[in-house]
Amino acid sequence: MELTALNIVQAAELLAKKELSSTELTQAYLDRIEKVEPKVNALVTTCAEDALESARHVDEKRAKGEALGRLAGIPTIIKDNMCTKGILSTASSKMLYNYKPVYDATVIEKLKAQDYVLLAKANMDEFAMGSSTETSYFGVTKNPWDTSRVPGGSSGGSAACVAADESVFSLGSDTGGSVRQPAAFCGVVGLKPTYGTVSRFGLMAFASSLDQIGPLTKTVEDSALVLDVISGNDKKDSTSAIMEYPHYGEGMKKDIKGLKVGIPKEYLEQEIDPEVRQSYLDAIKLFEDMGAIVEETSLPTFDYALSAYYVIASAEVASNLSRFDGIRYGYRTEHYSDLKEMYKNTRSEGFGDETKRRIMLGNYVLSSGYYDAYYLKALKVKTLIKNDFDRLFSEYDILLSPTAPTPAFKIGAKATPLEMYVNDLFTVPVNIAGVTAISVPSGVTGEGLPVSVQMIAKAFDENTMFRAAWNFEQAVKFDKKPTL
Amino acid sequence: MKYETVIGLEVHVEMATETKIFCACKNEFGSQPNTNVCPVCLSMPGTLPVLNEQAVEYGVRAGLSLNCEIPNYSKLDRKGYFYPDLAKAYQISQYDFPLCSRGEVEVEADGAKHKIGITRIHIEEDAGKLIHQGTESFVDYNRGGVPLMEIVTEPDFRNAAQVKAFLDTVRANMEYIGVSDCKMEEGSMRCDINISVRPVGETEYGTRTELKNINSISAAQRAIEYEARRHIEVIEDGGKIVQETRRWDDVKGKTFPMRDKEEAHDYRYFPDPDLVPVYLTDERISKIKAALPELPAAKRERYVNEFNLPEYDAGILTMSKYTAKFFEDSVAIYNEPKAISNYIMVDLARLLKENNMEAKDIPISPKDFTDLLKLVSDGIINSSVGKQVFEEMFKTGKKPAQIVEEKDLKQNDNADEILALVQKIIADNPKPVADYKGGNKKAMTFFVGQVMKATKGKANPKTVNELVKAELDKA
Repeated sequence: MELTALNIVQAAELLAKKELSSTELTQAYLDRIEKVEPKVNALVTTCAEDALESARHVDEKRAKGEALGRLAGIPTIIKDNMCTKGILSTASSKMLYNYKPVYDATVIEKLKAQDYVLLAKANMDEFAMGSSTETSYFGVTKNPWDTSRVPGGSSGGSAACVAADESVFSLGSDTGGSVRQPAAFCGVVGLKPTYGTVSRFGLMAFASSLDQIGPLTKTVEDSALVLDVISGNDKKDSTSAIMEYPHYGEGMKKDIKGLKVGIPKEYLEQEIDPEVRQSYLDAIKLFEDMGAIVEETSLPTFDYALSAYYVIASAEVASNLSRFDGIRYGYRTEHYSDLKEMYKNTRSEGFGDETKRRIMLGNYVLSSGYYDAYYLKALKVKTLIKNDFDRLFSEYDILLSPTAPTPAFKIGAKATPLEMYVNDLFTVPVNIAGVTAISVPSGVTGEGLPVSVQMIAKAFDENTMFRAAWNFEQAVKFDKKPTL
Repeated sequence: MKYETVIGLEVHVEMATETKIFCACKNEFGSQPNTNVCPVCLSMPGTLPVLNEQAVEYGVRAGLSLNCEIPNYSKLDRKGYFYPDLAKAYQISQYDFPLCSRGEVEVEADGAKHKIGITRIHIEEDAGKLIHQGTESFVDYNRGGVPLMEIVTEPDFRNAAQVKAFLDTVRANMEYIGVSDCKMEEGSMRCDINISVRPVGETEYGTRTELKNINSISAAQRAIEYEARRHIEVIEDGGKIVQETRRWDDVKGKTFPMRDKEEAHDYRYFPDPDLVPVYLTDERISKIKAALPELPAAKRERYVNEFNLPEYDAGILTMSKYTAKFFEDSVAIYNEPKAISNYIMVDLARLLKENNMEAKDIPISPKDFTDLLKLVSDGIINSSVGKQVFEEMFKTGKKPAQIVEEKDLKQNDNADEILALVQKIIADNPKPVADYKGGNKKAMTFFVGQVMKATKGKANPKTVNELVKAELDKA
């Protein structure tokens, strides 16, 4: 087996047995990156020297018999909207093309505490706005399964790098599907934890009330392991959940006999690619075969989720991105004669079109006279959607849906913003409701593109979801890999 | 036509919390630029605010001290506008659910009492400061994130004296409850004034202007008087008041329209998704209330009833909690409230002012102070020497007995010695003696003065007076 095909559990075992050194493993990934990166463009910054240094450090500790963390020596790639101290963190925007944070995000501190190895920072849609990585200032990331196609987004680089074996796993962020949809497009496992489970401190905010960091992994087991590492209350994030955090992954390998699975009919009523639909129907069958109780149910507010999402997310991002004014850090225009012109030119030149579109939309819905009609109404819709999910979860353990309506589309295929936005149709309600979901590959299309299904569980019930996902993963036996 | 002025205030008070409102940086005035800063208050990408519980508590204390209602629920909102001193380009403030609502305080001005309604008090973060040097501008973010509260009043003021009385009251209350020192000169209290005029008897409000850059309570008075006059003149000339923000220029003694930073602001307020709402239980509110110290108004009333002091004295003694404490501690040792009050109001106040000191810096202990008063009342020193000793204590910190000893200031009560002096001075000064004999009884003070001078002020004034009178009458 190729070293770069290993998942976390496998790699950790070889490392622990000293059959493999961290340095060897890291070098293998750096070689792989060098080989495939020209074709994939999944990364913004590769930290080869730092990575080898961390790997050597882990090897030394291991040689001395010192205690090591759970991700000791595991090469990792981080989405470029998470702050890594002293290492470029650009959010794939010209606005931050030169920005090196002075602090580590909480997730980075947690990964460091487990002796991980930071390989690289992943490409993404600018400030996480997009579903294809086409809005990145650093060029589009290509889907490893078919490099004429997008990897999805906004965590496109994070998904593509795992699919292309450039990393054992990666972190992405999911505001409306930004981890799950690219995971589906690239045939990897993508997790959106319950809002409040993973600290947002150090994550450059897109929509603060919806953003969650989640792992992209090769297996469900890895997904649970990473969540176990990065979750937990953080005093630096007021929206971080204060509770006793479970041991994520516990009970995952128990069967799912009697598990109640809801099939919200609204999902099937949408325009869905026939092969995605078929794969989804096959997945439903598989759940029944495994002894789950599968029933059709209804999520009446489904139709309103996308509209509410674009109002809320745009409002928040318009405000969150206002700090990028050229005064303190990042890009500043060279052309200005007064303050106002400096603001205007910096922001006009520093932000891409999609970002500007959302800023305009957000400021519009928050402006006086329109606030009640848009923002306030969207918040009310959010409450209704939450209530709808609550009701479903009083009856079902998980909900099952396709992750995205189509497989990966061609680069440049989405001509209008709206065509692009519709891509998030199936993932957005989860963020609006603040619950958790995981995308797991369910098959490949005739053209050889991966498709996935999404399992949704109630807030803070990741473990039930992991159990469903692990059992499904074992049953579906998805073993295809892209060839590059 | 007779006009009535209508005034409402927005008072910003910097809260003296240990740390800033959303991060752990020190809340400290006067540090080197950009030394009390961190990624959070510099609003680096990815950072998040965490609300300082002390700021909430201080806000609630302030609200309770101004008789406000404290709702169980309040929240924080973003107020968006671009300016280099505002690092996030939005200020975290409170929009529709402030920390405190509906209060009322009674102030005394022009010999009458007036009720001033408090509309609301909300908490928010302060911005940094721009420093302009030549053609360049710099930003100091030390003040960015310092906790502020904004007290908004009803338009209940009718003149500048009421405004002064209110600001004095706010300042005293905030000092008592430990929330702020409220120094307008240092910017820890700032005040915007909304002002309009209307014909007496009219119930509709006139068009108002908002006055900014008010840097002291006396400037507030001057600005109000100027602006009310300006409004009346404009109206009398058949003009119309433009609703606008105007800047008070204290040197020129005038207000000027402020150049609008932007076109009409739309702050695009919305709830800050990075913060959770503030829930205050009734229990918590009661606890904060129970822990409040006696407030100036109550203290003033008590001084009148308990110590039989004139209202005027009580008012002055309670203006600062430090003065009040000095007074109370002194009375506890030596139960002569009026004598103590006199010293504090006259001599202590003068010395503090001359030395540019505040009540919290009183350098004399109540024990030493009352020892001095006892020396006077026991006749060890006379009262004018007492004042001299007091000043010496203030400057050197020495004990009164020590000063009396070192400077040999003990009262001279030796009647024989004084008599000899009196006789000598009468003999040496035939002219004033003649004046006295001629009916000018005031000439007596000349002799008393001469005797006091000869004894370096130490002679018992009562003895001197008696002897001078007796000897003159004999002469």
